[in-house]
Amino acid sequence: MTTKQVQPAIAVTGLRKSYGDHVVLDGVDLTVQQGTIFSLLGANGAGKTTTVKILSTLIGADAGDARVAGHDLAGNPDAVRAAIGVTGQFSAVDNLLTGSENLRLMADLHHLPRGEGRRRAAELLEQFDLVEAAGKPVSTYSGGMRRRLDLAMTLVGSPSVIFLDEPTTGLDPRSRRSMWQIVRDLVAGGVTIFLTTQYLEEADELSDRIAVLDQGRLVAEGTSDELKRRIPGGHVRLRFADPRVLETAVHALGEVSRDNDALALRVPSDGSMRSLKTLIDRLDDRAIEVDELSVHTPDLDDVFLALTGNPTHEKVTTR
Amino acid sequence: MSSHTLAAPAPANLRFHPLRDSATMLRRNLKHMLRYPSMTVILVGMPIVFLLLFVYVFGGTLGAGLGGVSGGRAVYVNYVAPAIILMTVTATVQGTAISIATDMTEGIIARFRTMHIARVSVLTGHVLGSMIQAVIGLTMVIGVALLVGFRPEAGFGAWLTTAGFLMVVTFALVWFAVALGQVSKSVETASNLPMPLVLLPFLGSGFVPTDSMPTALRLFAEYQPFTPIIETLRGLLMDKPIGDNAWLALTWCVAIALGGYLWSKRLFNREYAR
Repeated sequence: MTTKQVQPAIAVTGLRKSYGDHVVLDGVDLTVQQGTIFSLLGANGAGKTTTVKILSTLIGADAGDARVAGHDLAGNPDAVRAAIGVTGQFSAVDNLLTGSENLRLMADLHHLPRGEGRRRAAELLEQFDLVEAAGKPVSTYSGGMRRRLDLAMTLVGSPSVIFLDEPTTGLDPRSRRSMWQIVRDLVAGGVTIFLTTQYLEEADELSDRIAVLDQGRLVAEGTSDELKRRIPGGHVRLRFADPRVLETAVHALGEVSRDNDALALRVPSDGSMRSLKTLIDRLDDRAIEVDELSVHTPDLDDVFLALTGNPTHEKVTTR
Repeated sequence: MSSHTLAAPAPANLRFHPLRDSATMLRRNLKHMLRYPSMTVILVGMPIVFLLLFVYVFGGTLGAGLGGVSGGRAVYVNYVAPAIILMTVTATVQGTAISIATDMTEGIIARFRTMHIARVSVLTGHVLGSMIQAVIGLTMVIGVALLVGFRPEAGFGAWLTTAGFLMVVTFALVWFAVALGQVSKSVETASNLPMPLVLLPFLGSGFVPTDSMPTALRLFAEYQPFTPIIETLRGLLMDKPIGDNAWLALTWCVAIALGGYLWSKRLFNREYAR
């Protein structure tokens, strides 16, 4: 959070929601700065979709304050709606219309003049690689095409804050990568993205900041690296040219685990510059030749499992 | 991407355009109808089948029961035509309920809810679309009725009044169907819920005079809304005295329209829980 003078795109405090006895959101606080990608990471049923539904004015919260694009969610939902775009988990396209009709429908609802609406639709079809399918009914589209059209429709109104609820769930790897690229391009254009995902890799790949949601509570928030650093288990792997050097290194470094076959050592490390420098200095002092050095930070899988305190968190999908 | 600013938009940007949005939604619904005409065909086909059934199968006997001078079928066509015309309207609104329910299962409604549009336009688009569908259906059904021997006595003025009256009835029933379509949890329910509307003309003066019915049924038949509506239509088309039926029918229509509209609006604004 470097730019304090700009107001955040999304600011949420104490968000609560329950359905009967079932608490879905149990006091969520989060802040998303303008022009960044924020990922809400969690398993199915963690409350991700509920959060998006509340922030996109679909449902009301039981308690808490939220401002989206500078407008109070409860007090001025119309102003919020005018500023946001939402692409939900279930495709929000009109299956009976063609791709280009869907886009023009959005243009009409945004009251773009006819010519401008047409131009914008054509532009988006081009951008989302849907030109060939433009005249076909959406019911004939593949999952990836449908998702791209869905997002294209969200963009017709040039929203400043975009909510993407599990944008790549169910997509094949290629469509997934192309969706990621689209998201990156959007942010480069100044849009703020709030996305939910159950894929750790996706959050890692895209986000400026990640919040981990578990059973309606945020259990951690930070950059991907910050989150990884919170987890013990990171190490530096050193590989040596011959066994004698390996032996010297073991004596020099003390507490390490060795792999004689690979002539490698695993040195526990948090991956920070300081600890790396200490390690390298120590090797240097004894003139130990290292063939290869690699830093292994735990991936978000480890983070997620450690944070939610459930090592067999089956509901989390890792691909 | 155009430039993005988070400054609060000027109030002018936040103004709603219900007419413009309704027109957009109407275009959407008309496209649906044009692209998938089977529904319209079924909805118009049903009253035509009933017309032919009642004229050619039951018509001779039922007409004799009416005690006409020229006897049988020719008399009965004139008697039953207004009921069939009304049935065209109820069939259309059954279609309204189905298409509303179908729409509600689609994600695009969720999208509409998160957009800055006049919310009611989602519903008014359907209402206007159904009105147009009803006009087409009514024209076809009345055409077929004329072909099979319907001989209305109405002059030009009475025809105009009939058209206006039918639009009022359609408007009222469509709003009711919009609510039924929303209250249905599934498309199947939506196609069944309006069934009573289709049956009500039978339990009224639509197909036989109410005095031929047993007492309990007769009382129901005389006080249910469709009887004054049918009697008004019959009066207008056959140039017969209408009496209290006209204002009774209009009062029912206003009540149904208002109730349907308020109920629909409430249903549409209820918390979205999909």
